Amino acid sequence: MKIVQIDKSQWTSGIEKLKEAYRVFAPVKNDLFHDFKALEKDEAPDFNFQNTRLSPKSIVYPQSEILFRYSLDRESEEYGILKEDVKEKTPKAVIGIRPCDAYSFILVKRNFDTPEYKDPYWLEEYQKSTFIGMACNNPHPTCFCTSAGSGPFNEEGLDALVVDDGDHYLGKLLTEKGEKLFSAAGWTTEAEASAESRIEELKAEAESKMTSRVGTDNLKNQKMLDLYEAPFWEEIAFSCINCGTCTYVCPTCWCFDIQDETSGKSGVRIRNWDSCMFPLFTLHASGHNPRGNKVDRVRQRFMHKLKYYVDKYDNGIQCTGCGRCVRMCPVNIDIRRVCNMMNSYDPESCVCEVTSA
Amino acid sequence: MTNAIAETSPYVPQWAEISRIEQLTNTEKLFELSLLNGRPLGHRPGQFIELSIMGIGEAPISVSSAPSERNTFELAIRKVGNVTSAVQNFKTGQRVGIRGPYGTSFPVEECRGKNILFVAGGIGLVPARSFIHYVLNHRNDYKDIIILFGARNPGERLFLKELEQWANRDDIRYLESVDRPDPNWTGNVGVITTLFPKFQVNPAETYCVVVGPPVMYRFVILEARAKGIPDNRIFVSLERRMKCGLGKCGHCQINDVYVCQDGPVFRYSDITDLKEAL
Repeated sequence: MKIVQIDKSQWTSGIEKLKEAYRVFAPVKNDLFHDFKALEKDEAPDFNFQNTRLSPKSIVYPQSEILFRYSLDRESEEYGILKEDVKEKTPKAVIGIRPCDAYSFILVKRNFDTPEYKDPYWLEEYQKSTFIGMACNNPHPTCFCTSAGSGPFNEEGLDALVVDDGDHYLGKLLTEKGEKLFSAAGWTTEAEASAESRIEELKAEAESKMTSRVGTDNLKNQKMLDLYEAPFWEEIAFSCINCGTCTYVCPTCWCFDIQDETSGKSGVRIRNWDSCMFPLFTLHASGHNPRGNKVDRVRQRFMHKLKYYVDKYDNGIQCTGCGRCVRMCPVNIDIRRVCNMMNSYDPESCVCEVTSA
Repeated sequence: MTNAIAETSPYVPQWAEISRIEQLTNTEKLFELSLLNGRPLGHRPGQFIELSIMGIGEAPISVSSAPSERNTFELAIRKVGNVTSAVQNFKTGQRVGIRGPYGTSFPVEECRGKNILFVAGGIGLVPARSFIHYVLNHRNDYKDIIILFGARNPGERLFLKELEQWANRDDIRYLESVDRPDPNWTGNVGVITTLFPKFQVNPAETYCVVVGPPVMYRFVILEARAKGIPDNRIFVSLERRMKCGLGKCGHCQINDVYVCQDGPVFRYSDITDLKEAL
């Protein structure tokens, strides 16, 4: 395991250097929030952040993406030809991604990369990205990554993990992609032998600061129908206004819509993020709607993340514990509370544990 | 500009040319199509395709014809949404996009040597027809065939010539009913379940295939069960607002299944726990 030491000035100059070979994405502060942004020349990122408001999923999976282009002009030679949208081939460097968000790509990959159908758009963007994680020394009170298969220093999904150690960073190289990026940035100074134990120390300290614990151990044992018919859904959904914020800020929500857009004689077929919170999501042209009620849609979202996904992939929940939906929900619906209810539900007595999280 | 991704992308349709159009009712047309690449569609009865009109979008449509030696296939399309309305204006020789075929199919092999009871309501006849044609093309491979068809009114009956042919065949039994008759209607009146007392089946040897509007399934399944047909020999075809057809976009999810991949044809005993299915 190679660990390098990066002085803070070297970190900044290295990121600037990376812009020669990569399109660099990093957190930038705008008004109140941090969000990932493709950095312009001389534009500096700001790593003084807890986490970004929106997840970085759009770097691999844009909110709106062109699947192909076409001409509607019958006179044109281009008529009847479906063309690939020209995409930038430059590799992407995602600097400062939190471990929970890097882990989210592994969960989402299970949907886009199946034996039957590989999604070429998602996979191409994923493969050309290098993920340099920034460990969380001070997790937010709404974070529960350690209950969701991740952790503040989790390395799964990362090409390198960078740890803030006061006046310098320690960079732990995890993949060849990560090594390549580090050498392009000039981050090559080998750290002292004590670096590894120092990282472990900071990791233990960060994990001890995690206050949110969510039970997920019993979700797999629960019967799907018992959870579906549990009496708590009305109460959980009561305050929901179906705004869809939870699905848009979620790093693991992958549902999309496919639409055509035209301008004059040229058109594109695009896919846009969609949300199971919206009644239109399931509305048939006939007017029939299999999930026409709010409570059905709220149940669908939690059941998908915390039961259907768990059963289908046998690899934990479809949630990384980033806490964004908890922080952003305008009516304070809390997935930690819902997860605990589902996990502890006893169908015999219809009783579950209700926590204030 | 290259087409690298387009050639391998499962989201990019193939072009198909319309070779024949037949007006079925005021709101439905039958389109006969063939892929421009010269290949057969390669579908099995009960599968669907994504029909694509550039500038408008895509819609999932059941294939209405049986697989055949010829390279053509048929889609019967009701004018109801954006794509299905736009296609009504298309003429012979024009092109549409086709992705697929997708999804599961009716159990043509499993039913071999058995009786089949088809129950089709309204436009549900369209997907059922692919299997009915298949069975009629291989008539000796199957035992007794009963076809029940129900429409809201006589004007919504599809494939009139075929219905007449079926009624006149003596190697199948065809029964139909309309919910609301017009003055010229001399046949049965009532919802499709009112046809069930008119025939008998040997439940040990019979498969039941049900396709119709959402409200129909529950009542027809009760009748099929009352005839003694077990749940594992009842097959249904479900409709959802499918978008990708590839099991990715999430639109057609019912609990833990994707209708576009795990369906649209389901064995009823496999979905009795899926609360939103029917």
